[in-house]
Amino acid sequence: MTVHIVDYGVGNLYSIVRAIEASGGAPVLATDPSLLRTADRVILPGVGAFEPCARQLRESGMWEAIVDFARTGRPFLGICVGMQLLFDASLEFGHHEGLGLIPGQVVPIPPQDELGLRKVPHIGWRPLDNAKGGTPWEGSLLTGLVPRLSSAYFVHSYNCAPEQRAHRLADVDYRGYAICAAVKRDNITGFQCHPEKSGPVGLKIMRNFLAT
Amino acid sequence: MAAASYCIRRKPSVGRLGRHILRNVRLISRLDIKAPNLIKGIRLEGLRVVGDPKEFATRYYGQGVDEIIYMDIVASLYGRNSLGDLLSRTAADVFVPITVGGGIRTSEDVRIMLRAGADKVAINTGAVGNPALITEIAERFGSQCMVLSVEAKQTGPGTWEAYTDNGRERTGLDVVDWIRRGCELGAGEVLLTAVDREGTRTGFDVDLLKAVSSAVSVPIIASGGMGSTQHMMTALDNSGVDAIAMADVLHYNRLTLAQIRAAAADGGYEVRQILDEASK
Repeated sequence: MTVHIVDYGVGNLYSIVRAIEASGGAPVLATDPSLLRTADRVILPGVGAFEPCARQLRESGMWEAIVDFARTGRPFLGICVGMQLLFDASLEFGHHEGLGLIPGQVVPIPPQDELGLRKVPHIGWRPLDNAKGGTPWEGSLLTGLVPRLSSAYFVHSYNCAPEQRAHRLADVDYRGYAICAAVKRDNITGFQCHPEKSGPVGLKIMRNFLAT
Repeated sequence: MAAASYCIRRKPSVGRLGRHILRNVRLISRLDIKAPNLIKGIRLEGLRVVGDPKEFATRYYGQGVDEIIYMDIVASLYGRNSLGDLLSRTAADVFVPITVGGGIRTSEDVRIMLRAGADKVAINTGAVGNPALITEIAERFGSQCMVLSVEAKQTGPGTWEAYTDNGRERTGLDVVDWIRRGCELGAGEVLLTAVDREGTRTGFDVDLLKAVSSAVSVPIIASGGMGSTQHMMTALDNSGVDAIAMADVLHYNRLTLAQIRAAAADGGYEVRQILDEASK
């Protein structure tokens, strides 16, 4: 069960590699875009700010290779900024274009409301929940996990806002504000949280990915 | 960043539609390392060898710890952080965030640590000596990985001075001012250690926690002094800290993570859901 990890100079690839191995898979670090053509499954990692990741993705030649791979219908997983990149654009430090694979934008987490402060970055273990009107977990990378009893690790300052409810796979509540924790559109799944840093829950997500 | 105002209350807030909104708390185990040993000290000196750090980290991972912090406490002696190998071995099977600190002076040091398996770096002396380093790291790797580590010693009522080199060197910096500045420069999180409480199990310096959490709006990890779950509840109920770093209580098996997690949950805080506990 091979997984190609897009290596475009961003992200903690070591943990993703180890999480795939621990889940019974064979990770391959892909620096050459042409490797994605024949890949069975692809993971797009990403940390830090949106625009530097997007820029490096373009400069590495991976941008087009990812869009092409997504069209093949084979399993594709974006993690953290890798999920944000799936969208049309991000409003982090300006307006920056994303891959456009899922309609919607990436917006700042509102820092304060009548209930008080939401600290940014949003950091912590939050229980994944169903998204209202969203995709059911059964048949997704969350198969076998229980809503509200499966916590995953989040660290981010921006939130994805899918245009279509049906593309939302999981939400977490951040002091009354719905964080888009996961999205799914056909073969494309994204997680705002880090499966490779989310203990047994995360490894279950990885195992599900390997099984698709 | 603007000063924060908190709804600090014991009961969860009630949001729209009457849903209770809990404040989240992270439970972090802090391991002070004098390679190759996990050590424990009192007031950041008087060290005692406890055992093999990887073994302890693995055990805590199995018990559902939220994060691991590895501090190289002799890094300043050697002029570098020696935990790269330990980091890689730990990150190989411990799938929770790992922070490493001690002797990190340049963004190249950070790159090496992140590559070795760290998710975040905790920087004290390096930042005090070169505050621009904070910005450099935040811009290059993201502020989420840049943890400002501050050792605070009380100098008078309501004032604390920042120390470096494991509580040995004075900086002359006021802790609250320095942390404010560090966050403006790009730190994404603060690891706040009360030097006088470290290892004493007499409770956190809640005044310190309150002063800092009122001054900045980035997440704060409280470290130093935990001896009981009541200490943790007092700190959470009376300040805006987001995470509790524990050393002594865990390393000497005085409390289990399950007990600590249950206390926080019973006290009205959201904690990580651990599957086998949930099924009870």
